[in-house]
Amino acid sequence: MDELRNRAKELLESNTVQLIIGYEQGNGNKTRAVFIEKPDHVSKLIFDSRCIQNLAVYLTKAEVKKKGKPAIVAPVPVLRSIIQLAAENQLTNSSLVVLGITPDSKLIEFKKLEEIENFLEQFKIEIEARDKEILEKLDQMTPEERWKFWIDELSPCFKCYACRAACPLCYCTRCTVDDNQPQWVPVASHQLGNLEWHIMRAMHLAGRCTDCGACADACPIAIPLNLLTKKMMEDMKGYFGGYKPSLKSGNLMSTFKPDDKETFIH
Amino acid sequence: MSEFEPKIVAFVCNWCTYAGADLTGTSRIKYATNVRIVRFPCTGRIDYMLILKAFGEGADGVIVSGCHPNDCHYTSGNFHARRRWIVFRGLLDFMGIDIRRIQFSWVSAAEGAKWADLVNTTVSTIRELGPYSDYKKVANYFENVVAHG
Repeated sequence: MDELRNRAKELLESNTVQLIIGYEQGNGNKTRAVFIEKPDHVSKLIFDSRCIQNLAVYLTKAEVKKKGKPAIVAPVPVLRSIIQLAAENQLTNSSLVVLGITPDSKLIEFKKLEEIENFLEQFKIEIEARDKEILEKLDQMTPEERWKFWIDELSPCFKCYACRAACPLCYCTRCTVDDNQPQWVPVASHQLGNLEWHIMRAMHLAGRCTDCGACADACPIAIPLNLLTKKMMEDMKGYFGGYKPSLKSGNLMSTFKPDDKETFIH
Repeated sequence: MSEFEPKIVAFVCNWCTYAGADLTGTSRIKYATNVRIVRFPCTGRIDYMLILKAFGEGADGVIVSGCHPNDCHYTSGNFHARRRWIVFRGLLDFMGIDIRRIQFSWVSAAEGAKWADLVNTTVSTIRELGPYSDYKKVANYFENVVAHG
C-alpha cells in the first residue's frame, strides 16, 4: 500500500499525471472511488479485497477527462476493461498511467497497453463454477420455465440504470434507451420495458463484456443480470472461439468469418 | 370462434429477398397472405430491437431474410447479420422467448418459389403454435395490471 501511495505521490508531484483514480475507505466496511489531485492527499489511497468497483468506468467520463491525465489503480478486472476500451479507440498509450495490482496485491506499473495485454495472458476469463451451474440449470429448464424465471427476475427492476452507469463499456454519451424518437424502450418500468432494456443491454455488450461483474454488483435489487452476458460469452466460445480483450483482433460482433457456422438459417 | 390467423412480419433486404418476393408475385405463385413485408437496405441494417418491437406490437411470428452468404450487395452486411443472429437467438432462447417463432432464411432474387415456400411453412408452424399470448400478456401489461395508490 505504501508503494502505491508513494508512486501516486511521485506521479502527482512530477506532474506526470494530474489525477489519481483509486479506492478509499467509504462508509461502514465499504470502499469507494476517490479522485486525488493533490500530492498530500495520497494517504487516502487503499487497496484490499473489498475494492471490487470497476474504476475504468471513470476513464471515459467528460468530467474526469477535464481534470487532465489520470493514473488509475487497476486490479485485473479493471485492466481487462482498459484493454477493451483501448481496442475501441477510447484510450491510447498516452492517455493514462496504469498502476496495475496483481492478484497477490503487488504494484505493477504498465508503460504500454501492449504490456497489459501480455500480462493478462495468464489470467484467462473463466466463468466461475457456481455461475456455470446456474447456467446449466437454466438451460435444462423448458422455455416456458425460463420465460417465467426471467419475467419474475426482471419485474422488480425499476430502471435506475445503475447497471449502465457501473459498466465501463457503456460509455455512449447518448444511450438508445434515452432516445425518444423513436422510443425504443418504454420509459415506464413495466415488464415489457424491463425485458427490452435487459435484452438490449446484453446485446450491446455482446463480444465486448469482460465479465467484471460491475453491473450485477451495482444492481440495488440484485437482479442476476450478468447471467445474460455470461451466457453469451459461453455461446461465443462455441461459435466464434471465445472472447478475450485484445488490441488487435477487433470485437467479435464487428468482425466475421465467411464460414461462420450456424444451424438455423434455412 | 373463427380460425386463428397468424400475423407475421417479414424483415427482408432490398437486394435479394425483396426482389425474390417480387418474383414470387410476377411468377403468379400463390402464397399465404399473413405476412407483412418490411424492406431494409441490407440484413445488416435489421436491428434486433425491431424483432422485439414486432412481437411487442402483436406479431405472432417473424421472418428475417436476405442475400445468401457471399451475395451481399454491400459485400459483408449479411455476414455481420449472421453473427448477430447467432448471438441474439441464443440470448432469446436463454430468456425463454419462443425462438420457433423467428424464422431466419436466405432467399435470393431468383428464388421466388423459395420465398412462397418459406412464408407458407412459417405460417403453418405459427398456426400450430397459436397466438404468442405469453409475449402479448407482457406487452399489454398496462391493460392487465391493477394499479395501487
